[in-house]
Amino acid sequence: MGIVTPGFRGRPRPSGPELPPGQYLTEDFPVLSAGPTPRVPMDRWEFVITTETSREHRWSWTDLMALPSDTPTVDIHCVTKWSKLGTTWQGVSLDTLMSDVDTAADYALVHSYGGYTTNLPLSDLLDGRAWVAYRFDGDDLHPEHGGPARLLVPHLYFWKSAKWVRGIQLRFDDEPGFWESAGYHDYGDPWREQRYQGD
Amino acid sequence: MPEQLDLGPHLDGNALAGPLREIFAVDVTAATSRCAACGQAGALAGLHVYASAPGMVARCPSCEEVVLRMVRTPDAAWLDLRGAVALRIPM
Repeated sequence: MGIVTPGFRGRPRPSGPELPPGQYLTEDFPVLSAGPTPRVPMDRWEFVITTETSREHRWSWTDLMALPSDTPTVDIHCVTKWSKLGTTWQGVSLDTLMSDVDTAADYALVHSYGGYTTNLPLSDLLDGRAWVAYRFDGDDLHPEHGGPARLLVPHLYFWKSAKWVRGIQLRFDDEPGFWESAGYHDYGDPWREQRYQGD
Repeated sequence: MPEQLDLGPHLDGNALAGPLREIFAVDVTAATSRCAACGQAGALAGLHVYASAPGMVARCPSCEEVVLRMVRTPDAAWLDLRGAVALRIPM
């Protein structure tokens, strides 16, 4: 590592082959936030999956901790152009959370404490590609990074990995989320550089 | 559109060009907005703006609900004012 490393507003490094187009590498973990950081008492925290028939599946924090967890090491790519490689997390796979959920929905609208939302196809949450993550780099997930728990969907731009996740609404239709309704791409594949609508 | 609806005399959106150019050429931060969530009114300049994000998010200083969002893409600007009842722009 050089003496000077590019920060959030630093000079972009040229993209290497391991980076999606237009991204630069960062070693730190920039904090992006569209509002105040919600503080949820752990005894009131819950995660709820609501099906298209309004059936609710709920997990308290204790319930979540009792589930088997994964420790994925993944690259993350923010639409503001920084990428961070080899990040280590701990969380519960959405495959585990969805295992007893009966649904015919094609889409998911993710809700967060604080009101944030983001949408994605339900299939992108399955097959070992998404987690409700509660530890980062060996420590409890800090609130500024979405703790106590955030969604982790590393194969899409990181705005899809909703901080402070509180639930997922399963839907037949694709309802745009917070950034998707204000110019950002509906899907957000970093390798196809799907930053904005029309990309 | 209902079949019996009489639209009456109207213009297309191009008629907005002059008036909107006049509005957005001024410093809108002096305008007063009313929060659609809690009703608090105040100058746009008094909103809480979160800019370390994929866009700018301006929130009501009273209830912290989103009043205004703005996203700048390479070829467009997106302005979402659904969190504001109206803007009063001094002229």
